[in-house]
Amino acid sequence: MTKDYLIERNGKKYEVVIGLEVHAQVLSESKLFSTSPTKFGSEPNTQVSLVDAAFPGMLPVINEFCIKQAIKTGIGLNAKINNKSIFDRKNYFYADLPQGYQISQYKDPIVGEGSVVLDLASGSKTVGIERLHLEQDAGKSIHDIDPKNTLVDLNRSGVALMEIVSKPDLRSPDEVNVYIKKLRSIMRYLGTCDGNMQEGSLRADVNVSVRKKGDDKYGTRCEIKNVNSIKFMQMAIEHEANRQVDILEDGGKIDQETRLFDTKKNETRSMRSKEDAHDYRYFPDPDLLPLEFSDDYVESIKKEIPELPDQKKSRFIEKFNLSSYEANILVSDLDTSKYFETVIENSDVKLSSNWITGELFALLNEKNLEITESPISAKNLSKLINLIKDGTISGKIAKTVFEMMAEGDKNPIDIVKEKGLKQQSDPKELEKLIEKVINENQDKVKEYKSGKEKLFGFFVGQAMKVSGGKANPQLVNEILKKKLK
Amino acid sequence: MSNIIDLSLSELVLNIKNKKISSKDVTSTYIERSKKSKSLNAYNEETFDTALKKAAEFDSKPDFNKKLSGVPIAVKDLFCTKNVKTTASSKILNNFIPTYESTVTQNLWNDGAILLGKLNCDEFAMGSSNETSYFGDVISPIDKDLVPGGSSGGSASALAAKLTPATIGTDTGGSIRQPASFTGTVGLKPTYGSCSRYGIVAFASSLDQAGPMTRNVKDAALLLEVMSSFDNKDSTSVDFKRPMYSKDLSKDIKGKKIGIPKEYRVDGMSEEIEKLWDDGKNYLKDCGAEIVDVSLPHTKFALPTYYIVAPAEASSNLARYDGVKYGFRTEGDNLIDMYEKTRSAGFGDEVKRRIMIGTYVLSSGYYDAYYLKAQKVRRLIKNDFNNIFQKVDAILTPSTPSSAFKIGEKSNDPVSMYLNDIFTVPVNLAGLPGISIPAGLDKKGYPLGLQIIGKSFDEQNILNIAYSMEDKINFKFNLKEWWMND
Repeated sequence: MTKDYLIERNGKKYEVVIGLEVHAQVLSESKLFSTSPTKFGSEPNTQVSLVDAAFPGMLPVINEFCIKQAIKTGIGLNAKINNKSIFDRKNYFYADLPQGYQISQYKDPIVGEGSVVLDLASGSKTVGIERLHLEQDAGKSIHDIDPKNTLVDLNRSGVALMEIVSKPDLRSPDEVNVYIKKLRSIMRYLGTCDGNMQEGSLRADVNVSVRKKGDDKYGTRCEIKNVNSIKFMQMAIEHEANRQVDILEDGGKIDQETRLFDTKKNETRSMRSKEDAHDYRYFPDPDLLPLEFSDDYVESIKKEIPELPDQKKSRFIEKFNLSSYEANILVSDLDTSKYFETVIENSDVKLSSNWITGELFALLNEKNLEITESPISAKNLSKLINLIKDGTISGKIAKTVFEMMAEGDKNPIDIVKEKGLKQQSDPKELEKLIEKVINENQDKVKEYKSGKEKLFGFFVGQAMKVSGGKANPQLVNEILKKKLK
Repeated sequence: MSNIIDLSLSELVLNIKNKKISSKDVTSTYIERSKKSKSLNAYNEETFDTALKKAAEFDSKPDFNKKLSGVPIAVKDLFCTKNVKTTASSKILNNFIPTYESTVTQNLWNDGAILLGKLNCDEFAMGSSNETSYFGDVISPIDKDLVPGGSSGGSASALAAKLTPATIGTDTGGSIRQPASFTGTVGLKPTYGSCSRYGIVAFASSLDQAGPMTRNVKDAALLLEVMSSFDNKDSTSVDFKRPMYSKDLSKDIKGKKIGIPKEYRVDGMSEEIEKLWDDGKNYLKDCGAEIVDVSLPHTKFALPTYYIVAPAEASSNLARYDGVKYGFRTEGDNLIDMYEKTRSAGFGDEVKRRIMIGTYVLSSGYYDAYYLKAQKVRRLIKNDFNNIFQKVDAILTPSTPSSAFKIGEKSNDPVSMYLNDIFTVPVNLAGLPGISIPAGLDKKGYPLGLQIIGKSFDEQNILNIAYSMEDKINFKFNLKEWWMND
């Protein structure tokens, strides 16, 4: 068991209670209610239709693909899919909100309660999902280009977002890290969100409260708006929880409010109090009919759901006898699991797992590459592993070959051939070689025979050296043992 | 051949098809007449030059297979028209030129019609007298002191004064039927979902519906046939098999059961209206229909319900007019200041009143008591109609509680103004089709209308009933052309 995340002050222990509202951009070619493209990084105001810019008389039309994506995500979160849901208007004025309202879902979301399982060092933990609803993104106000005016870019306006609301089940910045990664992993498996935080595809509002350990009533929470990286979420939580504990320890009260995290100063500050909270005047959008679909529709979507991380992990453990830890690493990212499964099509599972989580991850880390950009293809890694397995090369030589492969996805069989790295496994050849080593080191042989047994390693080393590392170490061991008797 | 301006829409189409008259003859006749009728203030925007050009184009390469071949038509300035200024009669859109065309107007042009111009209306279609337009009051051709009704007042005035052979309006609470009734013309509000709302400046999305305004029932059938279409750009558009309303028009309504709802006999209703209604029943009997007394118990809640639902939706629909993207803007010290100045100067009083009402009824703490309750009552009103339509085929009511009133008479009394819509509003709340036909004159010699309400998507039936009644009523109303000048 790892230690609970607790904040200590004056001998009192405080527990931190965290709930997240994650905004995940739906992976879709076009927007939620218009046919405009959603491509990231386009020139400002080039991905905007008359609907997105709220011209008079323009009407939203639901993009069915986005609905399907939300249903898929709901299924991935083991959640209740609501056959009837309603799009509401959330009314407020802002320069980058062209309609003067955001189309969202309020009382009747498309997805209800669900759960996500986290693999923590202390074991697994289930985090409740309150709901998932669909909504439009707003545009972007740019204040720092023109000294006098605010500029507005509507490319994002109308892009589909899924807001995934967790229950207040998270208890530490570390759990938040695992939770976000798990959500992202599930959505990437499903192909419903690319989870790219740099591009803003995944952002979160973080609700934080504290309470004395053992209390069963929640404290007053503050909401930290729009945090766009896991690191910032963790920093924000830590700062905010400590701020709240300080207030309580000073005999103060927490005000329910919305706060902003200043990444430069590493602190949260008040944005607006509960009294100043907007009255969004939610009401059902009369331009859209209630969203209704049949059980059959949901069933047909279920058939499209791929194997998800939890299932894959179980399968890896059961079928391949991997440890829970190894399986976790291999399934957490869809592309890693795909790579792994390609390698093991023709190769030993245990060796494959070791090589991927060891050498390959180190290489990717060093070069700062995703596994999809790996300089060594899964097929070639598989060949390398087979060369080790069948004794063609030793594990040590394999590392050299691996380095050469990384230069530009070369076939390991060719490398071994070209460089003459094939392992020497001919017993007669090896015997000759070992005899030579023994002859040249008679003094050491004497010492060995008189009881200095740890010198055995010296002879192995010498034999390997003489062979240029190519000697089959197992055979060298066997022959040496015989000869030194 | 009779005078061009005396021909109905259907007759014009026929005469153009038979090459008795050219599109240019018709178009220039209407343009000349419109130019002499500026005192009515019916037009917001004239597109006469383009219309003449299009008419000439049509004549040089005529396509007689179209339903509105070469006929010029002016439309309410609530329909977005490509490259033609569209203002909704509001200062806030005074400089707005759409780059797109509403589906309904596109349907007209696709079937050979030619745009004559954009007609005045109440600002954002909010009003019952056409006195809320930024471009000034529209005058009824019946009398220079008289309102034409609203909100499609410019349409009604232009139609009655024969500045256009037919026109289209929009009806959220009676905005087609009430001005039709006030001006002795025919106005049809189709079933919600029949005509696409795409490209129509929105007032109250769950109630708005475009419809024809014409000189007679046959023209209404023809125009509806062209206007109505399934449109996947409007999620509330309904995909049903649309009849050929004009071709299938029939005077055979023998055995049809017509309901007379007792709740429409409101307190203080004039004897003239009572008599008009009785006459209507008798005409129907003469046609072989059966009169049945029915009850719509929640009728008295319709007006308050409407004045919660419509402003609520409007308050949100009009949020987009904020000075940021298009339309009128007053600069401010900051964003909020700009919003406040823009919207204060850009909207008129009636629009502001409704935005405030709508904002209020949606506010937290008031939502349940107003908006939610209104939605529940709306459901009850719908159910009333559904129940009755188990027993009857259509319902006959007066269109309005009185004839047209004087300009300024009610403009400072919103509630008395709102009461004008008492017979038309329930139809919008229930999403049903309703048609107003001229049925007589009051003592002052002003027209009065009767309304026929039908089942959902049963426009053919109410058109048939109206068609046969029209025959019996034989409404004659000769306007003195006092407003014309040379």
